[in-house]
Amino acid sequence: MRDPLNKKIVGIKPSGIRKFFDVVSEMKDAISLGVGEPDFETPWHIREEGIYSLEKGRTYYSSNAGIKELRIEICKYLKRRFDLEYDPLKEILVTIGGSEAIDMALRVMLEEGDEVILPQPSYVSYEPCVVMAGGKPVILELKEENEFKLTRRDLLAAITDKTKILILPFPNNPTGSVMSKQELAEIVDVIIEKDIFVLSDEIYAELTYGEKHVSIASFPGMKERTIVINGFSKSYAMTGWRLGYAAGPEVIIRQILKLHQFAIMCAPTTSQYAAVEALKNGDQDVAMMCEAYDGRRRFLIHELRRMGLSCFEARGAFYVFPCIKSLGMTSEEFATALLNEEKVAVVPGTAFGDCGEGFLRISYAYSIDKIKVALERIERFINAHR
Amino acid sequence: MKEKILRIIEKNSRITTEELAIMLGAAREEVETALAEMETDKIICGYPTLIDWDKLSGEKITALIEVKVTPQRGQGFDRIAERIFKFDEVETVYLMSGGFDLTVIIRGKSMREVAGFVSAKLAPMEAVLSTATHFVLKRYKENGIVMQNDEQDERMIVSP
Repeated sequence: MRDPLNKKIVGIKPSGIRKFFDVVSEMKDAISLGVGEPDFETPWHIREEGIYSLEKGRTYYSSNAGIKELRIEICKYLKRRFDLEYDPLKEILVTIGGSEAIDMALRVMLEEGDEVILPQPSYVSYEPCVVMAGGKPVILELKEENEFKLTRRDLLAAITDKTKILILPFPNNPTGSVMSKQELAEIVDVIIEKDIFVLSDEIYAELTYGEKHVSIASFPGMKERTIVINGFSKSYAMTGWRLGYAAGPEVIIRQILKLHQFAIMCAPTTSQYAAVEALKNGDQDVAMMCEAYDGRRRFLIHELRRMGLSCFEARGAFYVFPCIKSLGMTSEEFATALLNEEKVAVVPGTAFGDCGEGFLRISYAYSIDKIKVALERIERFINAHR
Repeated sequence: MKEKILRIIEKNSRITTEELAIMLGAAREEVETALAEMETDKIICGYPTLIDWDKLSGEKITALIEVKVTPQRGQGFDRIAERIFKFDEVETVYLMSGGFDLTVIIRGKSMREVAGFVSAKLAPMEAVLSTATHFVLKRYKENGIVMQNDEQDERMIVSP
């Protein structure tokens, strides 16, 4: 029989998180600080709107790009929060989570052999999506001494004649790093001068602690070369609804829409109606969740530092990224031993790129009581191995 | 600052001032001063515990009583409200708008005890015109806390 499989796909290595998940799921009573989704349930008024749409029998396909009312609300939201201006009819596409938007945007923009600058540690999907789209990922190592931010110097060093896209993953999963307006300003002229496009994954944009998130698309000359990825999963605690969107120049969105139309048809209609409610009346929920995360973030960083781990001040998403190099273990060894000895699950930094070695991703999408119990165990573990 | 403290301790008053200080990125003294001020100003009126008495064997009975009263010259409803809330059995008293004047919530060992209180103490008061007693059958949610909450964390244990 012939080989039924595509070699490129077979060659993609499975997610490091998946591997760890298989180990963890064996362990019945483990405490986890390993999740990448909010602990809050979707606010009731949003869920209720989803239920209402079902009651009303809105169980059909929506238009391919998403219901018009939602696209209009998305544009109002992007204007209100990030000073971005988009045309709801031509520049917005509602997708199945941010992930679909990332995949489709890369497929639409890349030619075989185009290089994509991919800062790591970062979310696990970018690299395989680039490869599947025929691009060549050029890994750019974000460094702890720069608080895992992308610097002008590192960017310049990574650019070649073949560079087409820069993936900009801030606020960052797994490091919690954010980029300020000033720090973005330093790379904007490089991007424009070198004629590069940006895929800006802003799914955690609402979860910043300190300065408000700034979108790179809001800089002059950037909107026409940026695809902004955002969605409802993190900000409104709606992961299971699978709803995100891409905002960008019409020429690109139109092609993504074509792919989306053939592959997906449309995002779930129920989720779209719920999302309209989220955007119209959800600002307070976001503020409440953000304040709760901020308290846990401070607590977690304080405690990890007290235990003697170096941990930079993460100001975004809901992760901290402490360094465990002082214990003489690899990230994976640490995470595995911590799980076996103290039954606490955290994710090894290497799941987010090789340069995550020596770090752990600890999530604070948990109640403060749970975090406290887990921290006691982590402290006992560290003391036993020092 | 004060409101942020209140939002945390409203859910969990057992949190230490040190933990509060860390969570708010403030000095411990600052938190302690804010708490003391709010106690003095009666913004914080106490640190009670939310108990589900139904889970104990000698269960208690809660009744909500709608009371119509005659307001008194110069004192309005305050004087009669005070006469009522001074009874130990009385847990809560609210002045209401609408069809009646006071909501009185009382807790007793038995239905008879509650009925005895109403007929012997409350109804005969001069200012009380009428009472309507409603017994609570089940408490679902109180002070923002769902009483029978056994929901598990259903998220996958690790996810990207």
